[in-house]
Amino acid sequence: MLEIKNLHVQLEDEDKQILKGVDLTVGAGQVHAIMGPNGSGKSTLSYVLSGKSGYEVTDGTAMLGDVDLLDLDPEERAAAGLFLAFQYPVEIPGVGNMTFLRTAVNSQRKARGEDEMSAGDFLKFIREKAKSLKIDADMLKRPVNVGFSGGEKKRNEILQMAMLEPKMCILDETDSGLDVDAMKLVAEGVNALRSEGRSFLVITHYQRLLDHIKPDVVHIMADGRIIKSGGPELALEVENNGYADLLAEVA
Amino acid sequence: MTVASKIAADPRLDGLTVPAGGWPTAARSSALMRLQTMGLPVKRDEYWRYTDPSALVCEAPLPCDPLQTSTPIFGTVDKTRLVFVDGVFDADQSDAPELAGVEITRLFEVNDLDLHWAQGLYGKLEEAGQSPVARPLAALNTAQATEGMLVRVTGKPEKPLHISYRQSSKTSEAILHHVIKVEAGAELTLLETGTPGARSNVVLEVDIADGGTLHHVRPQGRAHGRHVATHLFARVATEATLKSFTLSLNGQLTRNEIVTEIVGDDAAVHVGGACVGDGDAFHHDDTVFITHDAVNCESRQVFKKVLRNGATGVFQGKILVKAGAQKTDGYQISQALLLDGDSQFLAKPELEIYADDVACSHGSTSGAIDEDAMFYLRSRGVPEKEAQNLLVIAFLGEALDEIENEDLAADLQSRLEAWFSRHST
Ligand SMILES: Nc1ncnc2c1ncn2[C@@H]1O[C@H](COP(=O)(O)OP(=O)(O)OP(=O)(O)O)[C@@H](O)[C@H]1O
Ligand SMILES: [Mg+2]
Repeated sequence: MLEIKNLHVQLEDEDKQILKGVDLTVGAGQVHAIMGPNGSGKSTLSYVLSGKSGYEVTDGTAMLGDVDLLDLDPEERAAAGLFLAFQYPVEIPGVGNMTFLRTAVNSQRKARGEDEMSAGDFLKFIREKAKSLKIDADMLKRPVNVGFSGGEKKRNEILQMAMLEPKMCILDETDSGLDVDAMKLVAEGVNALRSEGRSFLVITHYQRLLDHIKPDVVHIMADGRIIKSGGPELALEVENNGYADLLAEVA
Repeated sequence: MTVASKIAADPRLDGLTVPAGGWPTAARSSALMRLQTMGLPVKRDEYWRYTDPSALVCEAPLPCDPLQTSTPIFGTVDKTRLVFVDGVFDADQSDAPELAGVEITRLFEVNDLDLHWAQGLYGKLEEAGQSPVARPLAALNTAQATEGMLVRVTGKPEKPLHISYRQSSKTSEAILHHVIKVEAGAELTLLETGTPGARSNVVLEVDIADGGTLHHVRPQGRAHGRHVATHLFARVATEATLKSFTLSLNGQLTRNEIVTEIVGDDAAVHVGGACVGDGDAFHHDDTVFITHDAVNCESRQVFKKVLRNGATGVFQGKILVKAGAQKTDGYQISQALLLDGDSQFLAKPELEIYADDVACSHGSTSGAIDEDAMFYLRSRGVPEKEAQNLLVIAFLGEALDEIENEDLAADLQSRLEAWFSRHST
């Protein structure tokens, strides 16, 4: 599904290398987790995959199926099936959540040559998804993320993911800032979307989320590289011992 | 500007006489004298520092292609419509000037009609608004105008009064002077729409008595080459309310001045505007002066501009709180969204306060579109242009929120959306 090879990324404005050769393959239907110390480049990886400006790819490739992601505009990547749940969802005053989602859903459909969703169908669809994430009608009417609590913002990300039905979902610390119940809700939301044709890359600092969303593979990222990959037990090791031993292993 | 330097007669005013016609003649003559003392505006006048008035005062209007009419604005709103074509009232295209609770008289026909209420106002609010800052274009208007409507509101008419401007000649000059008197407890919604002429000079004198309310909504049309100067002079009495909103799209030069004096306690004045400018020929100037001369009054100024391809926006806004005008709540915000590095916004916000128990705030910002918001929208699949349009409309939407009537606001919002979808290339 997602195949990243030897990805090197530096900042556009500054001569600073952030990703130093990332190799990562997520198979169809799989869930992979990435853990790693602060500043190791996890969010940068997710931004570069989604097409945020300010980064320069100096080497390597990233393919989603047979689509070369790095050649595309962010909206084209989204239409190709990529979705990023942001570590810090952006507030957009003046744009209603509902308008935003409807524009997004229909833009993607249009880009794929599909018919737009009718207003009625859209409403039915969003109400159903919102209900399962305990997002009330008021939150749908409010401007995107404005005045939302940390947890509400994260649930709103998952709502968007559910509405857009992407093939490849990247979740960047969707669990941070969530209370125990909200974490369960989010995990259920993710699990409900799990299917053969859909893969997940879950960036997290905590084992707890991975109790709910069972990963197939866990990767450890440090200083712009994947330094180790393994099964779910790797996450437990990090939880118990931190990164010191792992870092020492590769040093 | 020193008055003395200008007394040496502005040659551009040579031979200017006032049109005869009933009681306004005296007011016109007195305005002409004021004008001769002030002289017409020039770029070096402090008040015209950011805006070159020459196209507004040169001998003949610069040509402006009339706009091919599209779907009429506020088409679904029931209203009484008065149409002016190239600045001249057109009875055939208008509704009968009848609206329960409102008396409507055409300035052109006033002659010796005894309109006591209007005689005390015509040119009077304009004259009062000449200090501390001279507004010669308004004096010129009072001296020259023969067209306009004198409107006295005595009740609460069930539908808005609509003054609809149309331009048909490429070189027309429209000089219109309206007087609106809202009697105690009365309430009117006044819609003023379209481009009056290739060059327009419109004055609106508004007097709102105790507990009266005027809602004024003014989309200024879309003619590209138009040159427009407007003045809204208002006097607002106890517990009275004035809400005025202007939408400007296109046009070359627009100067909208609002001069409001709050003279009664517990009154409220909200003025706002949204403007969209495209191209380096575009220049739009909002100049606002609000005087608080009473206790416990509120004033709000909310002006937003979206500028691109070298367009220029200007905001000069002042809140003057006189001694004794305690418990004044004054708010002023002017913001510009610059869609490229060639466009510019010039702002001069001012507060002058002579009372100690007041809460006044003002702010002015200009900046580019929020890149993080752009990326967020695009990462959800919204194409770049559409994402930008969403953000731009959202930005202007905060100004449109100032309009109380939701149907009117929604119509203006849809005009903006249409404009941006037509103009996103
Ligand atoms: N636009 C930028 N400008 C300057 N430095 C940047 C920029 N983007 C990323 N960096 C730097 O790159 C490094 C990696 O940052 P990144 O946000 O990818 O880390 P992370 O692994 O997601 O960390 P965390 O766990 O704290 O979220 C950090 O040192 C960060 O300061
Ligand atoms: Mg991060």
